[in-house]
Amino acid sequence: MTATERRLAAANLIVALVALFGGVTTGLFQALEYAGLEVYPSLAPVVRSHYHSLSIHGVLNALVWTTFFICGFLPFVLSRSLGVPLASAGLGWLTFWIMTAGLALASIPLVGNAATVMFTFYPPLKAHWAFYIGLTLVVAGTWLVTWNLALTWRAWRTRNPAVRTPLPAFMSLVTFVMWTIASLGLAAEMLFMIIPWSVGLLSGTDALLARTLFWFTGHPIVYFWLLPAYVSWYTLVPRQAGGKLFSDPMARTSFILFLILSTPIGIHHQYADPGIHQGWKLLHALLTFAVFFPSLLTFFNVVASLETGGRARGGTGWVAWFGKLPWGDPSLAAQVLAMVLFAFGGIGGLVNASFNVNMVVHNTAYIVGHLHLTVGTAVTLTFMGITYWLVPHLAGRPLWSSRLALGQVWLWFAGMMIFSPSLHELGLRGMPRRTMIGHISYMQPDWKSLLPLVGIGGALLFVSALLYFLNMVLTVTASRRSEQPALEFAEALSGADQSPAFLDRWRPWLALAVILIAVAYGPTLVRLAATTPFISPGFRVW
Amino acid sequence: MATRRSTTVHLWELAWILPSFAIPVGMLAALAVTAFGAGINLVGDQGRIDPTKVAEHSLFKEPGVVQIAPGQYEVRLTAQIWTFAPNEIRVPAGSTVHFWATSKDVVHGLLVPRHNINVMVLPGQISHAQARFDTPGEYPIICHEYCGIAHHTMAGKIIVEPRP
Repeated sequence: MTATERRLAAANLIVALVALFGGVTTGLFQALEYAGLEVYPSLAPVVRSHYHSLSIHGVLNALVWTTFFICGFLPFVLSRSLGVPLASAGLGWLTFWIMTAGLALASIPLVGNAATVMFTFYPPLKAHWAFYIGLTLVVAGTWLVTWNLALTWRAWRTRNPAVRTPLPAFMSLVTFVMWTIASLGLAAEMLFMIIPWSVGLLSGTDALLARTLFWFTGHPIVYFWLLPAYVSWYTLVPRQAGGKLFSDPMARTSFILFLILSTPIGIHHQYADPGIHQGWKLLHALLTFAVFFPSLLTFFNVVASLETGGRARGGTGWVAWFGKLPWGDPSLAAQVLAMVLFAFGGIGGLVNASFNVNMVVHNTAYIVGHLHLTVGTAVTLTFMGITYWLVPHLAGRPLWSSRLALGQVWLWFAGMMIFSPSLHELGLRGMPRRTMIGHISYMQPDWKSLLPLVGIGGALLFVSALLYFLNMVLTVTASRRSEQPALEFAEALSGADQSPAFLDRWRPWLALAVILIAVAYGPTLVRLAATTPFISPGFRVW
Repeated sequence: MATRRSTTVHLWELAWILPSFAIPVGMLAALAVTAFGAGINLVGDQGRIDPTKVAEHSLFKEPGVVQIAPGQYEVRLTAQIWTFAPNEIRVPAGSTVHFWATSKDVVHGLLVPRHNINVMVLPGQISHAQARFDTPGEYPIICHEYCGIAHHTMAGKIIVEPRP
């Protein structure tokens, strides 16, 4: 590990945190709007509408904050875990600048209200071409990260032919390889449909084909966000809890299952779409339930690891050990609370995945509640927890205030406990998502009572985020320089040496992943690609 | 002692792994029963339509409500920014309503809360959904996909009238 990895991680983190700031600020506006507070008139002309704000919120939080954090964090983890520098520092910086340039390009129309199309940008809504090209450059940048990580791993492998790949490096590489395969759908949608159409080379488009290509990537992208959190839960949190990882082979098994199963399940986002036969929807439901299995393995392994920590610190009983975890460490507290809420997020996700049961919740506020437990807490609160050691480590300065950080973490948890259940319940009562609820004509009496809770929860989350940024800024500027502890990974009770060799192979698992994708998506994609006329004109109606 | 410990760990793992298989499999079985036993179906492939020539299609020439059999109504619905046509549907209580819908412009949605009507309405595709309305009252028909600046105004209603 050299200074390059640290600087690269820091550069990516800066972009990620700036994006998160924009994302949580716009998020506050939406929550207040739900609660009936009229904020948009006072924000003009910067924020032009609820939907403008919502598009910025989704793009910055779901796409930018996550992606840049991950592109900073995982290369850092892989390099430290293998004990070698990245294969190419130059490629690393080129990647960072391509992604940042792409983000800057996409931001111009996004901020200028020329891309108010949500982070899913379903055509025939037609944004400015710069939005699409900018986002595509960010995705292309992530492929270069994969390439750099693969080169680094191969160089390490030739020097260490007989050793198991250390778990943190293995997981980081699996995450990026999975994402690279999964992102081909989005790449195809952008390169063959949307970009040529947005610059005028194609006169029309097609909603269904675009949605199908989008969701090819759109579901696995949540695993691209989630797996880096798992990397931390598996390889760092057990040590922070004072314990050991329960099982290294079980952890590898779950990641290989994610590599195989993350992509061929995207049609579960299209249960309500006409034009796709019910049989394919059922197959994707089945495979979605299959990907629940590695999540359950992760739950078991991570909780068992925490338990070793709780018991090592004097905890006893079936559950009482949980209280003995080092709750005073904000990094650990953030991540354990993220896990607690993710349990509910996972269960709620099963409802979404459940084929016809999905009709009760599809495109309702329930989905918003779900997304804020998963990407908004399991991922975001974990990433915040990671920065509580990573930023001091990179800056060479201790965290400005541990108590402030603890307060921030619990406030996020409390805010989300109000925000997310309210949205889940509103969804069950039929309230649609992505709608300016304060101005609807069809307000139902049983929605009204819950809407203020969305505003209160959202406001608490916003205050929590402000405390987080305050602590980060003060750590980097006002904390006194001092030696920070080096990054150490958790040891395992059942270690890498007990892991069978086939768990460290790539070809069979990649082959299986490709075959499953071909089976689950091949017929639908071939049929749509062969029969779809691009005749839908574009609309700019915001 | 060492042997006993490793056996215990193994049992713990097994005690978790087996339910981890059984729970998703059980849920899938429940889904299959409701889908194919109780007939709670999802929308499938109903064929394409030219979104620029919706009015020329036999189904959507005259959007409206048609009685197709005693107690059976067909709603031929077009969605366009930011209205449904028809936007008010009257049926007697106890009717089964079959919706056929398409979009003339961008992606819309069709949601009738608590009635298993929840389907996307895409330009170029025909959506189908059906539900029974037993209780007299007024139910909203909501567009639940963002479709532009006045998306929140896009709604209609179903008025279920008491049987005479």
